[in-house]
Amino acid sequence: MTLPEPFRLLAYLAGVMAFVGLNAAYLVWVERKGAARFQRRPGPTEVGPAGLLQPLADAAKLLSKQLLVPPDADRTLFRLAPVMVMAPALMCLATIPFGQALGARSLDLGLVMVFAFGSINVMAIMLGGWASRNKYAIISAARIVSQNVAYEIPMMLVVITLLMVTGTTNLQEIVEGQAGGFWRWNVFDLVANPLMPVTFVIYFICMLAETNRAPFDMAEAESELVAGAFTEYAGMGFGVFFMAEYANILVGCSLGAILFLGGWQSPFGVFSGVGWFLLKLYALVFTVVWVRWTFPRTQFYGLLNLSWKILIPVSLGILVLTSVMLKLF
Amino acid sequence: MKRVFQDVVGGFKSLLTGMRITLQQFFKKDVTVRYPHESLKMAKRYRGHVVLVNDPETGKSLCVACKSCEKACPSDCIVVEGLKREGEKKKSVTDFQLDFTRCSLCGSCVEVCPSDALEFSKDYNLASTSKEQFVRIDLVRRADEGKKPETGEGQA
Repeated sequence: MTLPEPFRLLAYLAGVMAFVGLNAAYLVWVERKGAARFQRRPGPTEVGPAGLLQPLADAAKLLSKQLLVPPDADRTLFRLAPVMVMAPALMCLATIPFGQALGARSLDLGLVMVFAFGSINVMAIMLGGWASRNKYAIISAARIVSQNVAYEIPMMLVVITLLMVTGTTNLQEIVEGQAGGFWRWNVFDLVANPLMPVTFVIYFICMLAETNRAPFDMAEAESELVAGAFTEYAGMGFGVFFMAEYANILVGCSLGAILFLGGWQSPFGVFSGVGWFLLKLYALVFTVVWVRWTFPRTQFYGLLNLSWKILIPVSLGILVLTSVMLKLF
Repeated sequence: MKRVFQDVVGGFKSLLTGMRITLQQFFKKDVTVRYPHESLKMAKRYRGHVVLVNDPETGKSLCVACKSCEKACPSDCIVVEGLKREGEKKKSVTDFQLDFTRCSLCGSCVEVCPSDALEFSKDYNLASTSKEQFVRIDLVRRADEGKKPETGEGQA
């Protein structure tokens, strides 16, 4: 089914925004319920059945708060930062194929576009921290930059490895290349590269670091930096940052599912569809929550050591190995 | 080189072990007592403020107004008044005031009581916005009405 062009555009715009909004709101609920389960608590229970209306109550609370801009802050950048964190996540979802015929735009450079927009997220958080004129926020901004420079490299190396295997940057084609059962998924493509599962783990670790999730949440680090770059944000300004964090997780996990786990392909080769994509996506999101409530926050040098001393050499090694394997077989 | 390799693999294994442990906890029953909706049963030897006990047969107080507790109290927070009624062998209590702001729950009164008329209550929700609520707790009335003092609700 194909709608005429302007309607298609509008439908996808509304669809993507609704998807991101709903997910951002309810992933907060999932996170809180998940955290509670991991710590053997009930979690939110009072607002609605099983606390299901909690995100609405949170949003109502944040919306009713006064929007404050610190007197010394750079007003324009300060107000712009939350928008700049949220917008790239929405842009990235435009090219992500949810199903065989379900995707806003099938771009030939889809993968490149996702990473191009994905890195704006970092800059936006940095700008927000910088514009706040708050010492904690500025420390946090500096950390974010060095952290993301460190993790962008292994991430890109992993993606290059994958590009050599798939031979295309079109996400739809990458998924189609993995058709026919879970042994055809890139994560199990051991012929191209016997270390493919390791590649997936590196991607996942880098994704956690890029989205500033625990144990790499040096940006927020509430025990040292109050709330890091978000210290001066009140009301919905903070709320948008919060939603953007989940929107970015959503993008990162979608990409993980597409690149490594075969996107909307079924693991048995039959009945492929949107359901499989969502299942894989939410399994990865759950793992993100799971990781957060398992590991304590790393120290900053530990984080940089992990990237420069382990992830980058290993992913470089994998890159070389893959090129050799591709040449030989 | 070998050591680095061992570090990385060993470290990764320990991370997986940690994740396995948290996942096991994930599926266990939660341990929270949903407090305002439910509360714990207090232990047998829990000491709330003292209360007078009525004789379960006659429904009258076991207290004989001997004032031993009044004398035994180190904080001087008990005031007992009693009188001897016509046709009764023992004195009976007419007034038993407890100043809970000074009571240290030492239990001397409970120990010294010759007729076992005092015991510790299991009230722990003793919160109020004014001190006056606790200066004079009328234990006779409390025992006769068979209910908790004006403060606090959740007796468990």
